[in-house]
Amino acid sequence: MRIVIVDDSGLRASVLEEGLRDAGYDDIHVVPPQGAFVAKIERMAPDVVLMDLGSPSRDTLEEMLAVSRALARPIAMFVDQSDDAMIGAAIDAGVSAYVVDGLRKERVKPILDLAIRRFNAFARMQAELDEARTALADRKTIDRAKTILMETRGLAEPDAYALLRTTAMNQNKRIVDVAEALITAHSLLGGQP
Amino acid sequence: MTPLAIAFLPLTDSAPIIVAHAKGFAEKHGIDLTLTRTTSWATLRDRLVYGQVQAAHMLAPLAIAVTLGLSQHRAALAAPFKLNLNGNALVMGSEFTAALDPDPVQRVRDPEATAHDFANAIGLYRRKPVIGIVHRFSSHALMLRYWLAYAGIDPDRDVSLRVLPPSLMAEALRLGEIDGFTAGEPWNSVAVAEGLGEIIAVGVNIWRRGVEKVLATRADWLEANPETVDRLLLALAEAAAWCDDPANREELAALLERPEHVGQSAELITAALAGRIVLHCGDAPVDTPDFMLFHREAAGFPWRSQALWIYSQLVRWGMVKPSAANERQAAEVFRSDIYRRALGGAGQPMPGASMKVEGALAAPLPVGAHQGALTLGPDRFFDGAVFDPADIEGYLARFRR
Repeated sequence: MRIVIVDDSGLRASVLEEGLRDAGYDDIHVVPPQGAFVAKIERMAPDVVLMDLGSPSRDTLEEMLAVSRALARPIAMFVDQSDDAMIGAAIDAGVSAYVVDGLRKERVKPILDLAIRRFNAFARMQAELDEARTALADRKTIDRAKTILMETRGLAEPDAYALLRTTAMNQNKRIVDVAEALITAHSLLGGQP
Repeated sequence: MTPLAIAFLPLTDSAPIIVAHAKGFAEKHGIDLTLTRTTSWATLRDRLVYGQVQAAHMLAPLAIAVTLGLSQHRAALAAPFKLNLNGNALVMGSEFTAALDPDPVQRVRDPEATAHDFANAIGLYRRKPVIGIVHRFSSHALMLRYWLAYAGIDPDRDVSLRVLPPSLMAEALRLGEIDGFTAGEPWNSVAVAEGLGEIIAVGVNIWRRGVEKVLATRADWLEANPETVDRLLLALAEAAAWCDDPANREELAALLERPEHVGQSAELITAALAGRIVLHCGDAPVDTPDFMLFHREAAGFPWRSQALWIYSQLVRWGMVKPSAANERQAAEVFRSDIYRRALGGAGQPMPGASMKVEGALAAPLPVGAHQGALTLGPDRFFDGAVFDPADIEGYLARFRR
């Protein structure tokens, strides 16, 4: 069974592709939705097309399914139309599926289940990555504030951190916000930012 | 507060929905509005059909096509309110504009001559122009087909129509993937400002009061939530009136400019709002009255005759088989009855009828109204054809196709 993944985020497509391969599908192609991508898909004659729901190129693909000669009499099916819960899950996960002509829905369901799980996993990964990035940036800010306290008030590192922490608690703020305020104030007073 | 989610596409004519949210009109009527921005009509349609949102900013022909089962999952949709009239344009790149009248203003003012010149250009180059359209079931595509066919061009044989989302049109034109496109604002102005093409036709000069976007809901949801629907329509009617007021133009453009709304410069967005359109990069803007209407002349009223005009075009282009059942279903998508129920008590001028002969008015005409004074603006088609909803067959017979 030939599966085409239309996606311009290389990472998401590979997360999906890997999962499909693990599940035993091996005829998988990733096509970025640019330029004449529709003609390319037409030549590949896939059984199933998977696409990110947020992609602006969905209209283009649907139009192809409506007029394509190569995919004779194509049925563009948005998931299994009788299963509203599945469709809801697919929409929530951001995956949209097109089944090209006559493929039995029993064979499509496992692909879709997997795609939904993978899309969700990707979303989680993205969130964790963002979190990690923020945490790193926060730590740098806090380190800078600690250095300022150590230099200007002659504190040892644990004491500088404790001071930041108690100030944050007293003001009901996050440590990083207090640190940022301190860095701003310090630079306003002529110190190195 | 009733929570309610509306999906929209980044276009200038999403203004009434954005204003209903941002200026507190929805809140005033007890609706806690969530806006869901999408980039393709297919996604917007699916979100509505599968109940992820309760309402959507939708192409009027798409709402009818979904109801008739022409577009993916068949679902009965209802359009109790029109969000705007007109607002589209046709942009072509230099190869095809070179064969037209050298004066860009003249081209736009005389769509009959421009259509003939365009037909000649196709013959001259012996090449099918590739024209981007935003959706097979869009008002832009129907008006483009109408205009091309006037000059004897068969839109299914003599040109290639390629579906692309509005936000990718300018880039496709730059890369030479298309020769031109028709889309809603601000995307035409974006392409002109980047010097990629020129506006050679504007929707308002093809059909002076062309139907554009509607507020669409699922028909079963509309029936099950009459009270919420009424409050939503009140909020939208007030928002539309606010959008039409020139005093609010600057604030509206600034609101639409924000990245979570349209995300293009306020200057480009203002073109459509003010009806001052730059046709060719570097030229002064040209006054284009009524380029886009939100509220005046009861613009929001969903005339059933307008739904039937769309149906007539779907039949004309072989997208749907003519039948009494299809005709009735198409007309019933436009819920003028719900509009009356929701806005009847709000002092809005209310047309006395729900059908009219489209394209018959050459000058403003005061019409029978249940309350308030209602004057309808000229609504002619550029070729002078008149659409009588009682005789669709007769209407279609006058066109070769």
